[in-house]
Amino acid sequence: MPHIWCPGCGNGIVTAALVRAIERADYDQRDVVIVSGIGCSSRAAGYLNFNTLHTTHGRALAFATGLKMARPELKLFVIMGDGDCSAIGGNHFIHSARRNIDLNAIVVNNHIYGMTGGQHSPLTPTGKKATTAPRGTLEREFNLLDLARGAGATFGARGNAAQPRQLEQLITRAANHKGFSLVEALSPCPIAYGRRNKLGGPVDMLKELKESSISIERATSKEETELEGKTITGVIYQDEVPEYAAEYYRSIGKEIPVKSGG
Amino acid sequence: MAQVNKGDYTADLFIKEEWCKGCGICVAFCPREALFLDEKSKAQKTVEKCTKCGICETFCPDFAISLIKRRLSGNAGDETGLDARK
Amino acid sequence: MPETKPVLMQGNEACAEGAISAGVRFYAGYPITPSTEVAERMAARLPDIGGVFIQMEDEIASMAAIIGASIGGMRAITATSGPGFSLKQENIGYAIMAEIPCVIVDVQRMGPSTGVPTAPSQGDVMQARWGTHGDHPIIVFSPASVYETYYLTIAAVNLSQKLRQPVILLLDEVIGHMREKVTIPRDSRLMVEKSSDKVPADYKPYDEKGLTPLVPFGFGHYYHVTGLFHDQYGFPTGDPPQVERSLDRVHEKLEKYRDEVVLTNYIGHKEPRVVIVTYGCTVRSARAVVKKAYWNNREPVGLLSLQTLWPFPDKEVREIAKKADVIIVPEMNMGQIVSEVERHVKGEAEVVPLNRYDGEMISPDQISDIMGRWLS
Repeated sequence: MPHIWCPGCGNGIVTAALVRAIERADYDQRDVVIVSGIGCSSRAAGYLNFNTLHTTHGRALAFATGLKMARPELKLFVIMGDGDCSAIGGNHFIHSARRNIDLNAIVVNNHIYGMTGGQHSPLTPTGKKATTAPRGTLEREFNLLDLARGAGATFGARGNAAQPRQLEQLITRAANHKGFSLVEALSPCPIAYGRRNKLGGPVDMLKELKESSISIERATSKEETELEGKTITGVIYQDEVPEYAAEYYRSIGKEIPVKSGG
Repeated sequence: MAQVNKGDYTADLFIKEEWCKGCGICVAFCPREALFLDEKSKAQKTVEKCTKCGICETFCPDFAISLIKRRLSGNAGDETGLDARK
Repeated sequence: MPETKPVLMQGNEACAEGAISAGVRFYAGYPITPSTEVAERMAARLPDIGGVFIQMEDEIASMAAIIGASIGGMRAITATSGPGFSLKQENIGYAIMAEIPCVIVDVQRMGPSTGVPTAPSQGDVMQARWGTHGDHPIIVFSPASVYETYYLTIAAVNLSQKLRQPVILLLDEVIGHMREKVTIPRDSRLMVEKSSDKVPADYKPYDEKGLTPLVPFGFGHYYHVTGLFHDQYGFPTGDPPQVERSLDRVHEKLEKYRDEVVLTNYIGHKEPRVVIVTYGCTVRSARAVVKKAYWNNREPVGLLSLQTLWPFPDKEVREIAKKADVIIVPEMNMGQIVSEVERHVKGEAEVVPLNRYDGEMISPDQISDIMGRWLS
């Protein structure tokens, strides 16, 4: 420490929320594994005192699938960036969701590839600028939660770095959910995304993030027009579907230990 | 060091200057304006204004602020709060 | 299934059975000709012995999954062919850097590209060595029979565990699909070399002083695993001396255990004038030639078959080059291991390549024609 993230970057806030969520879930420290891909947010794994696995770009979920199937009793949190998860990692993302394997995917969405200096990603809002989209992106960005749900994910929540307490609770609820859980955490990247799109400094970006968000509970009572341009936060969907690792072990008649060994 | 008793806890705000990168988020989001950036743009606290609500701890991207709660009854060492400083 | 009486078995099946005998309980793979039978055998067998079989969405995911499983403490293997082997390279490099034991089977088919999927080839030899980027160490075995496939798979799994080093098994379509008599020992437990599990309190997964076993995740030893260069606890470092030391250390692992890593076999005349140096299915044709020439007619010929391709058996090739005048190197490619042979023979003997790359095996006659010219 101090960590490598830029001043005002949301990664630290999201990581702190994750740690508090794990603390709140009261897991045994030995049972928790943090898996991450490659990118700014994925460096979080290297700062945390659990078993931590920093994998290759886009492949965190595939590594985590292998580990989960070998050790189903472990609690896996898979930290990925927006590009890491939905561009190069897209195939593993949709298949992990399809399997409904018990992994907690924490996608830190700062709308760009931060580590490499601010290129656009599949979650860059249309028209926004990036080093590789100087005139603004043309294509539409994914709705990550809909993508995951379409692929079979059974828990989808969205939070942001401007509401860390809520984010912490969402991660805890994800962790308690048996099945593929996605928490999309919108996060400011002042240095690359903020500066290039003239969104002000870290404080301005967090304030804008807070103002433009509305919890799903409050959104239901609002008219369609009032929700224009608003980002819905909270648990967006949660369904109960058999979890892949548990089903596999049941099919071979092998017990899953409640706690890890040793 | 005036401490605010919250039930059977006392709480102190601990700021680790070496980790603070002066982003100003804590200053902006503190409901009591109890934080400010010094000339080296490191976060500092005004103890009198601080109500130990812990919002700054959750907003700090550098893990530089910790709200250390001590149980009043005996063992002062029972620190809770994000212990990511190790 | 293990029993003592001989069994007619397919190469791919023997690979799966060998892995199981060596304690493998995790398989992740993706269908691809001509290696799919390995997956099918594992899909049938692993569930009965408390093992995990999973078909992933692609070969990249399969390679990632076996690394994840290995970190969880399960011995793991995957099998593929050329196109899939190309996709796995980045994660193979990761397993080398993070020193995670695992075995990758490449049942070679005629390439490049989609090539001739059902035809044998030995065209991935250099890819097996240099497929992933950077100066990385690698161990590559190449069996020449169903029987050798069974035992080399066991050796690959145990060596991979002992050295915490990915091992590649280079089969080809012939070895993979042919059926041969194999005798599997009843008690397969003897095949599993237990890695020592006494763990020091201050566990350093990347201890500079030498090989430390990998304590799986979930046992209360907190360390980091990454593809970045790292310190003894696995946390990232870019400190130049430590980077260089780390790279030397992963290479030294192979040199230190050379006798277990470099496996070759010589049959034929003690003082040969002509020696065939080859590997994989081509050994079968070469053996037929040497049997006739040496055992029947006592001609000064021999066959050095390379069960290990990488690290290259340099000493063994140099020794034979000192005796022989001519070394014939038959390969089902346009010449790959032959350049390595030339590099180490350094003029001690004439190196004669024999290349066939039409999807068919090199026949004994092709070899004996060339040998005849040099013998007369």
